Amino acid sequence: MKTIYIKTIVVFLMSFSLGYAQQTPAPTQDKAVAITGATAHLGNGKVINNSLIIFENGKLTQVLDGTTVRVDMSKMDVINANGKHVYPGFIVPNSTLGLVEIGAVRATDDDSELGTWNPHIRSLIAYNAESKIVESMRPNGVLIGQITPRGGRISGTSSIVQFDAWNWEDAVIKEDDGIHMNWPNSFSRGRWWLGEDPAMKVNKNYDNQVTQIADYFNGAKAYMQSDKAIKNLPFEATNGLFDGSKTLYIHVDDEKGITDAVNFSKVHNVKSTVIVGGYEAYKVADMLKKHNIPVLLQRVHSRPSQSDDDYDMPFKLAKLLTDKGVTVALETSGQMERMNSRNLPFYAGTTVAHGLTKEQALQLITLNPAKILGIDENYGSLEAGKSATLFISEGDALDMRTNIITHAFIDGRLISLDTHQTELWERYSEKLKPKKK
Amino acid sequence: MNKIKFAIALCFCSFALFAQDYFPKNNGVKVTNTNYQAFTNAKIYVTPSQIIENGTLLIKDGKVVASGTQVTIPKNTTIVNLEGKSIYPSFIDIYSTFGVKKPERPNSNARGPQYGPSRTGYYWNDHVMPENRAIDKFRYDSKMAKELLKAGFGVVNTYIEDGIIRGSGTLVALNPSAGNEVRILDPQSGQYFSFRKSVTSRQSYPGSIMGSMALLRQMYLDADWYGKGYSQTKDLSLEALNDNKNLVQIFGAGNRVNALRADKIGDQFGIQYVILGGGDEYERIRDVKATNASYILPVNFQAAYDVENAFLSRSLSLGDMKAWNQEPSNPKVLAENGVTFAFTTHDLKSPKSFKSNVMKAIEYGLSKEKALEALTTTPAKLLGKSSQIGSLNKGAYANFLITSGDVFDSKTTLYENWVQGKKTVLENMDVKDIRGDYEFRLAGASYKMTLKGSLSKLKSEITSDGKTRGSKINYADDWVNISMTTKDSTQQKFIRLAAHVNHNNALNGKAIFPNGNEMTFYATKMPKEEKAKEDKKAMKDKVPKTTVAVTYPNVAYGFDQLPKAETLLFKNATVWTNEDAGVLQQTDVLIKNGKIAKIGKNISDGNATVIDATGKHLTAGIIDEHSHIAASSINEGGHNSSAEVSIEDVIDDEDIDIYRNLAGGVTSIQILHGSANPIGGRSAIIKLKWGETAQNLIYDDSPKFIKFALGENVKQSNWQSFARFPQTRMGVEQLYMDYFNRAKAYDELKKSGKPYRKDIEMEVIAEILNKERFISCHSYVQSEINMLMKVAEKFDFKINTFTHILEGYKVADKMAEHGVGGSTFSDWWAYKYEVNDAIPYNAAIMHNAGVIVAINSDDGEMSRRLNQEAAKSVKYGGISEEDAWKFVTLNPAKLLHIDDRVGSLKEGKDADVVLWSDHPMSIYAKAEKTIIEGVTYFDLKRDQIMRDQIKREKSDLINMMMQAKNKGLKTQPIKKKEKDQMHCDYLDQEQH
Repeated sequence: MKTIYIKTIVVFLMSFSLGYAQQTPAPTQDKAVAITGATAHLGNGKVINNSLIIFENGKLTQVLDGTTVRVDMSKMDVINANGKHVYPGFIVPNSTLGLVEIGAVRATDDDSELGTWNPHIRSLIAYNAESKIVESMRPNGVLIGQITPRGGRISGTSSIVQFDAWNWEDAVIKEDDGIHMNWPNSFSRGRWWLGEDPAMKVNKNYDNQVTQIADYFNGAKAYMQSDKAIKNLPFEATNGLFDGSKTLYIHVDDEKGITDAVNFSKVHNVKSTVIVGGYEAYKVADMLKKHNIPVLLQRVHSRPSQSDDDYDMPFKLAKLLTDKGVTVALETSGQMERMNSRNLPFYAGTTVAHGLTKEQALQLITLNPAKILGIDENYGSLEAGKSATLFISEGDALDMRTNIITHAFIDGRLISLDTHQTELWERYSEKLKPKKK
Repeated sequence: MNKIKFAIALCFCSFALFAQDYFPKNNGVKVTNTNYQAFTNAKIYVTPSQIIENGTLLIKDGKVVASGTQVTIPKNTTIVNLEGKSIYPSFIDIYSTFGVKKPERPNSNARGPQYGPSRTGYYWNDHVMPENRAIDKFRYDSKMAKELLKAGFGVVNTYIEDGIIRGSGTLVALNPSAGNEVRILDPQSGQYFSFRKSVTSRQSYPGSIMGSMALLRQMYLDADWYGKGYSQTKDLSLEALNDNKNLVQIFGAGNRVNALRADKIGDQFGIQYVILGGGDEYERIRDVKATNASYILPVNFQAAYDVENAFLSRSLSLGDMKAWNQEPSNPKVLAENGVTFAFTTHDLKSPKSFKSNVMKAIEYGLSKEKALEALTTTPAKLLGKSSQIGSLNKGAYANFLITSGDVFDSKTTLYENWVQGKKTVLENMDVKDIRGDYEFRLAGASYKMTLKGSLSKLKSEITSDGKTRGSKINYADDWVNISMTTKDSTQQKFIRLAAHVNHNNALNGKAIFPNGNEMTFYATKMPKEEKAKEDKKAMKDKVPKTTVAVTYPNVAYGFDQLPKAETLLFKNATVWTNEDAGVLQQTDVLIKNGKIAKIGKNISDGNATVIDATGKHLTAGIIDEHSHIAASSINEGGHNSSAEVSIEDVIDDEDIDIYRNLAGGVTSIQILHGSANPIGGRSAIIKLKWGETAQNLIYDDSPKFIKFALGENVKQSNWQSFARFPQTRMGVEQLYMDYFNRAKAYDELKKSGKPYRKDIEMEVIAEILNKERFISCHSYVQSEINMLMKVAEKFDFKINTFTHILEGYKVADKMAEHGVGGSTFSDWWAYKYEVNDAIPYNAAIMHNAGVIVAINSDDGEMSRRLNQEAAKSVKYGGISEEDAWKFVTLNPAKLLHIDDRVGSLKEGKDADVVLWSDHPMSIYAKAEKTIIEGVTYFDLKRDQIMRDQIKREKSDLINMMMQAKNKGLKTQPIKKKEKDQMHCDYLDQEQH
């Protein structure tokens, strides 16, 4: 008992010491910035070679072909980006960044609340703006994330944040944007601890579980009609689904599940529905297109879910869906999802090897997620009037060899690209530098 | 107590037939039966190949006196005329648990693992129980005996189904009319083995198949040493093992892969196991044959999957579907290849389905003679009891079946099963066969009646005016009683028929109407009309059913035939040599005889297949220093040191990740033991020759490696385990000091020539001290990295590789000085506390400090994109592209001591190459061809063709399954097969 107690203290102290590290957030933009000469990848499919990009007070004012215009830049900070590339900040949806710091240390885990029906549980509250993992996104161009709780049938409510902030209030771009629901699986695993065969078997409870969801939604709708004298927090939280202020994110992978989920959301008049995961969404792409339902597509760098599947199935799903006209964005959930989220640009790059064009692939992590998350008015592409959330890369940012970022801006603020990791890199490079003889 | 029981059992056995001689008798006078019994005019299968038409079987005192056509029948003989009937030796099952209750897991509230044994005076591992004897637990089970007798069995060898060494079995006759003094033919017959732990003990070790294998090996060594009298202490297990040496050794492998593993152990110790198969032997028949083992085959052919639901059936793998289709041909394939096998009812829910399954094997081409051998002479021979059971030769037990005809025909009736001269009647053989079609008239109406089914459970079908009447029949003692409904089906009224069966099989009696009126009833059997049709059907049945072709491996993307090495000429490629020549533009590479024959400009070779590689890149194949794919177990966590286990024992050559890795340009991998223990197990270094067998994947003359591990996993920090040493990094150091000191002393004793107890674990660790085996050590933080280098230096050897080594950058100078390589992740971190300071610049810093750096995967997904992971070193730390590429090719080859064969493109090296569509480290590159020793194991175009084939084959099999269901055959629900994603910390699932 004593050892456990001491361990608890140690873990507590360790977690405490982990929280401090983030680089100081940048101050508000006070001077116009012009980026000249770069190849601008707008995020909407268009490219401007030799571009001129100007932003002021956090907003883009000019995104132009630099060869044809002349602008007085005397009062601006001018960044000559000849031969370099500019991109809108990348957006990672369905992320637990800031909710968990170290996977194996329970004291640092805040991504999954107790209970089955948790629409009222809000991720934003636990979002650690000073996470060392969050800051490590920025040197790779990932600047915005949808922070999403896990677990249960309804996991909770997500919010969208930018990655340079003092605290969650500071960070938030869109609060409580959507509710996340885990659709029942067609297969279930035997409970080996009760002596059952642990293999995956047909889930006999599937229909029952779907009915429970329907009952829950009916209950929520009935509650809305009541006088609400006694507050029901979970039901209150679902209100936005029916008035269009919140999106219903249904996490589901199999063909039948997706079909059932879409029908469900139609029947219950959910205004905005998004499929998350969507491994077999390509099989029902026409139906998704017809109902205008986008997909946050599962991690590109993953193994095919079944042994007989094409080896490149996860690599080419984005192409299959895009060709059918479905709006697709990439998400990164899965093993080691937080630290792996900085590989988001390379997930997009891999889809190019498997069929998409580079600009289509770029859309999967810029304008498409912005549209799906409902922040495209301000984010997701380089267009005048939108937020100046962008970065400059030495080369093609979708390829690891050339994703070398020199400047990154969030809402016009020039953010630090240092991290706990770059500091260690510098410190030990210096220590090990060959001594001059 | 056991010894006493044994003595009693022995007495019973030896004196079985004379028991009455010395037993007191108080219920009458002593009677001795001196009569004979003869069975005449029968077709007698003395053995499967020795068949006598119109023969006589003469028996007395439970044994065969004579069998043949010229048998002299003594006067004091009772004679049974078996004209038209057949006699077979009754069947033998040598893998039975008849009358021996399976031990159960004791109720226990104990938590946490148990490392020590639960008993004293026995072997140190509870799962080794050669001292167990089935005879001590045997209780005749008359209910089960009846089922077995019905299925045709006369004798079984029964054992205790528990543990790795399960002790001796017992040979028992299923004689229902005698006591154990007669039934027990041999109280100790065969010794039984498996890879499964006992349910009666919670002792952790072994926790994996490879641990079970290592345990068996060490046990044999210990038994040898014990037998020579070196032990100062008693070990009843080893004594029993040595005592059981001359029994037949039966290994419950249960599938082909485990069978090969068992045989490998047997070969090491001069033991030829008889092996329980799994029905999948046909998939690699050559390897199965090469074991020279005899097999015991279960015949539980699986039912078709219920594929009606199109969504769910998508989850079925081609491999599982093919298994359903192919399994019934397994006995035929074994027979054709000269593999000896016996059948068993093992794995069947009930012996009832035994005969139909054997007949299924016959439908798929197994000869009836072989089938009969597998049930009679073969099991008898395997037990060394050919003179007593399995045939009807003189002197054998009178264990035989009386049948209406061919025992493997579905229409045949099994009348009687005789065991030790005692009869069990299953069907009355004097019953007249009244099955057939009849016509009769009653009160002006004409009726048609068909009687069918088995004679003991007859079914009737009666029609009149084309309408079916409800009817029931009862048939016994030559009388039939039939009730049928009247014409007016709305009323519950019946016409009853009662008739005697006369010698012509006509039915002669009366009919009683609902109103009480009686009439004469007479029905004669109609001559068979449809004989021609039936013959045709019989002919059709004789054509063996076919199955879909086996591929290598027998799963999706398997090859119809193993691809062969080719002479290949790549023209005009960008060639990444990894040698001084660097990257060569527009260069040709010739591959011949599995080697790189020539690199240069304008090469030509008349025999070569020319591949235009313009605009493409040719590189050495990727080598993954740290992989866990293609293995059926990864960790043996039952002890804190498991140097005795080897991944080479558990390679899984069917793992689809082999194929997927090829598609990512990987050609060689080191499959490392996991990180559960400070001293892990030995590695397997393999080439990904998809389609070849496990043994053929392993490098010839492979360098020897062992996995060590440090930090949180070996301390068991991240799960509730507080009982195993070490729990701290301090303890880890002392564990190493202890093992190396002991291994040093062991090695010195061994080299001195004095007697010593051979210990596999110590042998392996001594190899490290003798610089014959290299360590690849899982490591994270700098303190422990430093520690292990210092420990090694104390014992005058060097650590070969630190794998993971995420804080290597903090001690890179010390590593360079020690001469150890670093095999790291490109960018993993933050998943546990000890990787909090992991940085993606690690590879670059170590490289700059002069450490040989590799980038590894430890992950079946990342391993297929190691080219991208190498490219990250360009981003993180600015490594040159040429050096970054070596991180996944030449450098891991160096760390694995295989760089003389692979890792670069150099004339004379193995032709392990990859053709890329683009710059190999570009995110936009795809592997188009992956070649190992001149054999193209992955080809992007061929992959497309295979996808179509898989789709077609699955559709065909789904159709076949639908047909099976429509025929009314049983189905099984769909299961989704999942492949575990294995990492360092993967533990085998609890064996169940």
